Amino acid sequence: MTDFSANEQTIQKAGHEAGMGDYFALLKPRVMSLVVFTALVGLLVAPVPVHPFLGFVAILCIAVGAGASGALNMWWDADIDAVMKRTASRPIPSGRVAPGEALGIGVALSGFAIVLLGLATNFLAAGLLAFTIFFYLVVYSMWLKRATPQNIVIGGAAGAFPPMIGWAVATGGVSIESVLMFALIFMWTPPHFWALALFVKSDYGRAGVPMLTETHGRDATRRHVIVYTLLLVPVALGLGLTSIGGPFYMAVAVVMNAWFLKGAYDIWQRDDAACEADKHAVEIKVFKVSLYYLFAHFGALLVEAALRLYGLGGWSW
Amino acid sequence: MVIRVEHELHTRRKGRNAGVGLLLVGFIAIVFGLTVVKVLQLDDIRQFETFDHAPRPQLVPETEVGQ
Repeated sequence: MTDFSANEQTIQKAGHEAGMGDYFALLKPRVMSLVVFTALVGLLVAPVPVHPFLGFVAILCIAVGAGASGALNMWWDADIDAVMKRTASRPIPSGRVAPGEALGIGVALSGFAIVLLGLATNFLAAGLLAFTIFFYLVVYSMWLKRATPQNIVIGGAAGAFPPMIGWAVATGGVSIESVLMFALIFMWTPPHFWALALFVKSDYGRAGVPMLTETHGRDATRRHVIVYTLLLVPVALGLGLTSIGGPFYMAVAVVMNAWFLKGAYDIWQRDDAACEADKHAVEIKVFKVSLYYLFAHFGALLVEAALRLYGLGGWSW
Repeated sequence: MVIRVEHELHTRRKGRNAGVGLLLVGFIAIVFGLTVVKVLQLDDIRQFETFDHAPRPQLVPETEVGQ
């Protein structure tokens, strides 16, 4: 069998040949955008300036590393993706990209991103990126996702590492600031995700993935939303007291945390009848607030860093 | 002799090939840029000039060698 004939058979089977767009879709570009934003903030708020080109390469490596872990996740979860309506059209279950190709792309891009980040910046940042990819693939995708309804809590750590990597790129170390940026995303992920799970009809159950709404019920999920939001508040406010915080960040954090907490309280007070009556209006609103919440906090950190350039940021002026 | 398309695969994969080509050009640009930035960030450029996989002390001015 020649390479040409093998390719023709593949095309006949899938009815479509993979283009660059299909390979790009393997990298989960929407997830990548959040990773790029938070990593960029981690890099820019650090007290050590980074050469713009090195900063660009570092962010590119972090984005490629995130994309690679997305491709590896799609390779591992192809069976789940094929069952669920939302994910059935992804490149692997739809037959546009072979599983082996996704694995190859994921492994190659992971190696490329880790090695280049290490050579361009430092090996602590590269090590953190390698650990993030390992965590997302092995700890979250292979282990927790199908084993426990708390999968999103621990697995959320993978999405929380980017600002810590950005900080490590600039400083070559880990500090209270980068740990709190990590903790902010880590604690934000559960209420954000469960607010979504309360109004989206998912078929995770059919795919054999335990989700809190299905294993413990919607009331338990509402309790989890309020508890995790309460735990999130001190982390968000604590970040404002560090060297990268300041009055502007603190003002934004107080407003956003009050808004998010009010939304989580409203969710907690509701029952299924109320949700059906207004078609999950509160849950949808809280989910949107959660998106603004993260963007506002990291945006405020950027503003503080910009103000510091003029001697205005932070608590010292 | 004119080079001709030998198989429809060439036209079918044109987009993919162009994409791979662009990625390779981008990779070269990144490695080149990194090299320039890293060299310019050396405190003393002679550290680079006097090291060609093996130390070359003959490139260091005599006054400094004697010091």
